[in-house]
Amino acid sequence: MLEVKDLQVYYGVIQAIKGISFNVNEGEIIALIGANGAGKTTILHTITGLISPKQGEILYEGTDLRKAPAHKIVSMGLAHVPEGRRVFSQLTVYENLLMGSYTRSDKNEISDTLQHVFKRFPRLEERRGQMAGTLSGGEQQMLAMGRALMSKPKIILMDEPSMGLSPILVEEVFDIIKSINKSGTTVLLVEQNAKKALSIAHRAYVLETGKIVLEGDAKELMNDESVKKAYLGE
Amino acid sequence: MSFISYFIDGIRLGSVYSIIALGYTMVYGIAKMLNFAHGDVIMVGGFVIFTVMSTWGLSPVFAVLLAIILCTVLGVSIERIAYRPLRKAPSLAVLITAIGVSYLLQNLALIIFGANTKSFTSVISVPSLKLAGGKLSISGETLVTIISCIVLMIALTLFVKRSKTGRAMIAVSEDKDAAVLMGVNVNKTIAITFAIGSALAAIASVLQFSSIPSISSTSGAMPGIKAFVAAVFGGIGSIPGAMIGGILLGIIEILGRRYISMELSDAIVFLILIIVLLVKPTGILGKKHHEKV
Ligand SMILES: Nc1ncnc2c1ncn2[C@@H]1O[C@H](COP(=O)(O)OP(=O)(O)OP(=O)(O)O)[C@@H](O)[C@H]1O
Ligand SMILES: [Mg+2]
Repeated sequence: MLEVKDLQVYYGVIQAIKGISFNVNEGEIIALIGANGAGKTTILHTITGLISPKQGEILYEGTDLRKAPAHKIVSMGLAHVPEGRRVFSQLTVYENLLMGSYTRSDKNEISDTLQHVFKRFPRLEERRGQMAGTLSGGEQQMLAMGRALMSKPKIILMDEPSMGLSPILVEEVFDIIKSINKSGTTVLLVEQNAKKALSIAHRAYVLETGKIVLEGDAKELMNDESVKKAYLGE
Repeated sequence: MSFISYFIDGIRLGSVYSIIALGYTMVYGIAKMLNFAHGDVIMVGGFVIFTVMSTWGLSPVFAVLLAIILCTVLGVSIERIAYRPLRKAPSLAVLITAIGVSYLLQNLALIIFGANTKSFTSVISVPSLKLAGGKLSISGETLVTIISCIVLMIALTLFVKRSKTGRAMIAVSEDKDAAVLMGVNVNKTIAITFAIGSALAAIASVLQFSSIPSISSTSGAMPGIKAFVAAVFGGIGSIPGAMIGGILLGIIEILGRRYISMELSDAIVFLILIIVLLVKPTGILGKKHHEKV
């Protein structure tokens, strides 16, 4: 459903992404793992149009995303949970969720989705009137995910959802990602927590300084000696 | 009684500053730029009303409506032509462009209307209010100005807090990229902000010139700068801050002019700004600072 071909991205003269190709099939969880600065965030930003690539194709359900303005991409069914959550701190939890459904117009459908999101994240319902800026890190992560779900995406891109969370919350976040996927949403997951990411992913790509160095079945990669050494700390 | 009437006149002037300051503060909050041409939009609004009423002899209602429409179009065009191409440019380049647009508008007015100050017929025909057995009289202009300010402030606050577009504005002002990920068209949102700010400037021109009542090509510049001071005073980016800053500034200016010195009243206004900024650099209601210009 999402196919990236020979992607090259520059920041000024520095090449951050050096010709990357990968694909995500409908219903999959795909993990993109790699160390700090490998280029994971850059790839996600390029897919959702915040950065334009120098070269390459990004095909989503057959259309080239490079031709779509960034603000049109979410209404095509592609939601992005950005690194660091980036919830709107001056809006309440409820208003943040409404921002997630910004491109939708049917009030009844929106309120249906809102009920689903509240069911998945009861914590958000409890705190619906609270300013998002005053939520804890874990709650903000839930809000960022809930906000993305409000657009009813077909595919959801997640950038380090476990960052800065306690072990229990990390567990919870990965469970939620699994269940979001079970309910039919495709997931492209960027993570530094390679162990957890590989444990829930179907397939994975390993990124090193702008290049894919390994790819394959997630279970196999988990047993790969070089992956174990570099990313799993074994 | 005279102190009270000066005080009320201060609120009147402050209400005008508040309405202008709203334009500054909203544009700053969302586009992160200081639109120094904002004051000159007021002057344009004034000349539109002057032309429609004094030259063409048409009704004040039509004059005000036309001023609002033309100022809105002007504000959106300025953004589209002069500022949008500089969206990613350093803020200094944008600031200089804004000053350039300001002089352009002033000089165009100079060419079209000449250098002489024109007398402006008040658009407002509301009888004055007599209080305390006729000892205190509040002019119709003052009443309309203060009421307009309150109504606009409430309407704008409701719009920003309750409407979808208002939420998008807050989102854009806080995090452009995150707003884009939600599907917000940032350019459109900024254009709407300029439209609102410029329509408010047109309303401010009605109120300002009806009280003065004269107009020339530089008539917008000083209230523009004072309203900018008011916006900074109240905390730039904050809507209630613009209101409080504007009202305080108007009161200080009128009372300073009356009780301290006619000539120094402007200097007093700026002195107070400096003191406020030394004590609280973000202004009275200011939040954490994003960027200094
Ligand atoms: N705005 C920018 N300007 C210049 N260089 C940038 C910019 N953003 C990222 N880079 C560079 O591009 C490279 C890839 O960065 P990116 O943020 O994509 O890495 P990442 O894999 O997401 O890292 P992390 O795990 O730390 O989030 C890095 O070398 C980074 O310094
Ligand atoms: Mg990153």
